[in-house]
Amino acid sequence: MSHPYVSVEGISRAYPGHTVFRDLWFGVARGEFVCLVGHSGCGKTTVLNILAGLDAPNSGGVIVDGQEISGPSLDRAVIFQGHALMPWMTAEQNVAFALSCRHPKWGKAELREAARAALAKVGLAEAATRKPSQLSGGMKQRVGIARALALNPKMLLMDEPFSALDALTRGALQDEVSRLVTEANQTAFMITHDVDEAILLADRILLMTNGPDARCAEVVINTLPRPRNRANLHKMPGYHALRDHTLEFLLTRSRTLAGTRPEGWDPKSPPRVAPAATADKAAELV
Amino acid sequence: MGRTVPAWQSALLSALILVIFLGGWEILGRQGGGGGAALDPEYAALLGQAAQTGGQTPFPLPSEIAARLWELLRDPFYVRGTNDQGIGVQIAYSLIRVGAGFGLAALVAIPLGFLIGMSPLLSGALNPFIQVLRPVSPLAWMPLALFTIKDSSISAIFVIFICSVWPMLLNTAFGVASVRREWLNVARTLEAGTLKTAFRVILPAAAPTILTGMRISIGIAWLVIVAAEMLVGGTGIGYWVWNQWNNLSLADIVIAILMIGIVGLLLDRLLGMVAKVVSWQE
Repeated sequence: MSHPYVSVEGISRAYPGHTVFRDLWFGVARGEFVCLVGHSGCGKTTVLNILAGLDAPNSGGVIVDGQEISGPSLDRAVIFQGHALMPWMTAEQNVAFALSCRHPKWGKAELREAARAALAKVGLAEAATRKPSQLSGGMKQRVGIARALALNPKMLLMDEPFSALDALTRGALQDEVSRLVTEANQTAFMITHDVDEAILLADRILLMTNGPDARCAEVVINTLPRPRNRANLHKMPGYHALRDHTLEFLLTRSRTLAGTRPEGWDPKSPPRVAPAATADKAAELV
Repeated sequence: MGRTVPAWQSALLSALILVIFLGGWEILGRQGGGGGAALDPEYAALLGQAAQTGGQTPFPLPSEIAARLWELLRDPFYVRGTNDQGIGVQIAYSLIRVGAGFGLAALVAIPLGFLIGMSPLLSGALNPFIQVLRPVSPLAWMPLALFTIKDSSISAIFVIFICSVWPMLLNTAFGVASVRREWLNVARTLEAGTLKTAFRVILPAAAPTILTGMRISIGIAWLVIVAAEMLVGGTGIGYWVWNQWNNLSLADIVIAILMIGIVGLLLDRLLGMVAKVVSWQE
């Protein structure tokens, strides 16, 4: 982590009389998957929008690949919370539209072929010619994932991409994203409030205190081995320690730590813990 | 309102209402028209000679109107001099004027509405003008149009233009302004250019609203053309109505009302079909 691909440096966001978060620092290394976990109102989505270039911080900045970002980029593809598909385009046209932005010189046939391939990757080859209104919620979000991955982005940004789905669909898509991201060694940043989702996908979990004036109180290192999927995750040694630690933060400490900044607090390096590794060792010792 | 009724039931009732209405009209007309005593003495005095020769014009009966309709529709496109042209020719003139005025209005209103919808500054700046000019009856523009354009036919087109421009302008601006933020964000993260965003995202997203505006506009234009042609004269279904009033051919006026209604319905259906093509659902 000597030179992270993305470096968030001291960003703050405030509205008149209301600071959402302040002095937030973190990095995302190449090929790393980072999850930001926190309750609503801590400015999670704002952080993601700033990374995407859709929003700008009041102070501080974001460095990507050695350059400060000033707006959105095709290199940072976003999977939106609501699928954000254009309802007048078919699934294939939605993906082809994104591809046509990436490759302005491609012909229609080339775009269509690439769009089909991207949809096939998420298991939607048959639904290519359907409009979003004819797709289920999970299928729509798959198209959204295909659209983002088709761009071959340097970084994938996800804003609670599965929160609007039912539990079964969500689980299937989590496994799918886990597989795709691991296969492509994709750098990714995801917002979520689902602890299991974070543990399944992330290498590092950033824990945010409640807003206003939210901060990143702790960085949890996920040492559980890959490949992970929902079937094997809960059998991994250390999983329960990791889950309990994260859940305990969300249920209690996110609230008790809110608004406080302890003596000698260094926003650039919040405490790093690895509950799974520690529990693992403890288990070995017994 | 959840109950659905089979189409044939409502169609049957429609037919029944029509039969009762026309039948009643025919019967009452025949009873009342036979006596000829309905003539007001003062009116008779005014008419003078004509009254004594029985020159009153009875309100036409449905059977007479039907006969006249058949006569008119057998040869709708004849032209025998400037004042004697078939009803089809007159409707065609009106349609050409409405088409020209409406088309020009669309060419102005849709791009301008796009700009207003995309720019809050422009929207705020132009809003007072739009709000003041929109409620003005389009016919109020007629004298100014006649004075500046000096051509009555083009003046009629201008009046159509003025009356159809507002609904299209306001609907386009509204449709463009209310395009979902998430779609615009998608376009931004894809680095789609301004033109690409306008044509591939904003236009299709706003198209149903724009079409609603166009439908309202064509309806108003068809309403206004009749009045405008009564004023400017010469040709067109409005002029024809006025001409038949001067001829006291009441049957022709009833037929003109029917024709205007049918053409208006067809125009609306035409745009309704276009609206269906560009509509989308989530």
